[in-house]
Amino acid sequence: MTEDFVLRALAGGIGAALAAGPVGCFVIWRRMAYFGTALAHAVLLGIALGFLLELEPFAGVFAMCFILAGCLILLERQRLVSLDALLGVLAHAVFAAGLVVIAFMERLRVDLVGYLFGDILSVGAVDLWLIYTTAAVSIAALVWQWRNLLSVTVNRDLAAVEGVPVERVRFLLLLLLAGVIAVGMKIVGMLLVVALVIIPAAAARRVSATPEQMAVASSIIGIVAVVAGLFGSLEWDVPAGPAIVLVASLAFAASLLIPSRSRQGRED
Amino acid sequence: MAGDVSRTRPLIEARGVSVNFGRRNVLDKVDIAVHAGEIVTLVGLNGAGKSTLIRVLFGIVRPDLGTVARTPGLRIGYSPQHVHRDPILPMTVRGFLTLGAPAPRDRLENVLSEVGAGAILNHPLSEVSGGELHRVLLARALLREPGLLVLDEPLAGVDVASQGELYQLIATIRDRYGCGVLLVSHDLHMVMAATDTVVCLNRHVCCTGHPRTITRHPEFVSLFGPHVANAIAVYPHRHDHRHDEHGNPVPIDGDGPTGPDTFGGRR
Repeated sequence: MTEDFVLRALAGGIGAALAAGPVGCFVIWRRMAYFGTALAHAVLLGIALGFLLELEPFAGVFAMCFILAGCLILLERQRLVSLDALLGVLAHAVFAAGLVVIAFMERLRVDLVGYLFGDILSVGAVDLWLIYTTAAVSIAALVWQWRNLLSVTVNRDLAAVEGVPVERVRFLLLLLLAGVIAVGMKIVGMLLVVALVIIPAAAARRVSATPEQMAVASSIIGIVAVVAGLFGSLEWDVPAGPAIVLVASLAFAASLLIPSRSRQGRED
Repeated sequence: MAGDVSRTRPLIEARGVSVNFGRRNVLDKVDIAVHAGEIVTLVGLNGAGKSTLIRVLFGIVRPDLGTVARTPGLRIGYSPQHVHRDPILPMTVRGFLTLGAPAPRDRLENVLSEVGAGAILNHPLSEVSGGELHRVLLARALLREPGLLVLDEPLAGVDVASQGELYQLIATIRDRYGCGVLLVSHDLHMVMAATDTVVCLNRHVCCTGHPRTITRHPEFVSLFGPHVANAIAVYPHRHDHRHDEHGNPVPIDGDGPTGPDTFGGRR
């Protein structure tokens, strides 16, 4: 007999992995992992924001991730500081700000460990609704803009010459990443959420010959990691978030043993 | 073909274009025009502003001063110098060619054979050779049936023998489609022989002119073979100025210090 909270955890984790797969592919193709890290560090500030606006904490996290994504797009255009340094500054500044603001809010009791390492077993009905809305919206947006997103990834100027609205496409990708980070944070926590985004995508590379295959494979590997990690954590009584990330990492290690499919394709 | 093109309206024309990035001046009152059927070679060293100038022509960078005029409805085919072909992105040549617009298989095969790239449609983009890549980039540009071809360093990483072949191919494409061609190169002295106009850029236009064909030079022919000699010409720069240590133009005044004038502005 499986308990309700386990089923909700399972459903939530599968939804998050579904959304994270294809977005994660773009994150590793475009080397945006540090963007993900910066967004993840905004989580605590988002919880404070949600408390101030009397929203669900999870909704506050969403709002904060989207606000930060907007700031990143604007800040990226400046030439004063390298993007790498800027992201590093921003990530830790918003994290520190989150800790300080929460300390000021005496009525706000925050389960820090839950936000840092995830709390998949506490996934509730509202969370599920947010997770699946995010997954549906991001998959629809990816299908809609797939060719443009890939074109911008391969060469930005070439895409622009061919009529792709480059800036809008890049902003869309950052918004999708913000949504996926907010969702994944609930499952594996802010410290591990980037892993949930990039490790399944990296593991999918060796079994894929096209970008589309890699996006699908990435979602599937993520789902397998969630299911195996969750049941593993229940079986051996270890935290679920790290268990999920560990399974995904093992999948990645195993994928390295597979000969690359693209090379096989070359021989025939 | 060269003499009469100037009388028609150019496909694309930049007039008095200046661009500053912050306080740094990147382009200073640059004029350039490409007509239908004309091959213009833009030469300049790294940092001379070549990339910025083509991004201005594309409408990606807005000039601080000056204007860019295009023939209405002009389709540009662009072959960039670099594409992101990290093996982490599993993309076949076919996937790359159809990123701009979908096309049936036989059309893709035709355009690949037209650029001499052979049957590599299903090869991973990350594994084709440098020479093949230039042909694939050219194929993607041609798929758009362009009125203007912009080729950024189309010979980078290509050996001298194949350079001649590629130049021949570009000339053939120009003749077949009657499109204008803008070639970008960092090689100041060797340009494609079929070039109608050379524009030498160092933030400002240093000089423009026709390349002198060198097919008459037997030494050059014996060194590289007639194939290469027919496709490449030496371009003698006739500058009325040289550059000081900051790259600013100064008039040539006989025996002044030559300085690090990398453009060889001495006559």
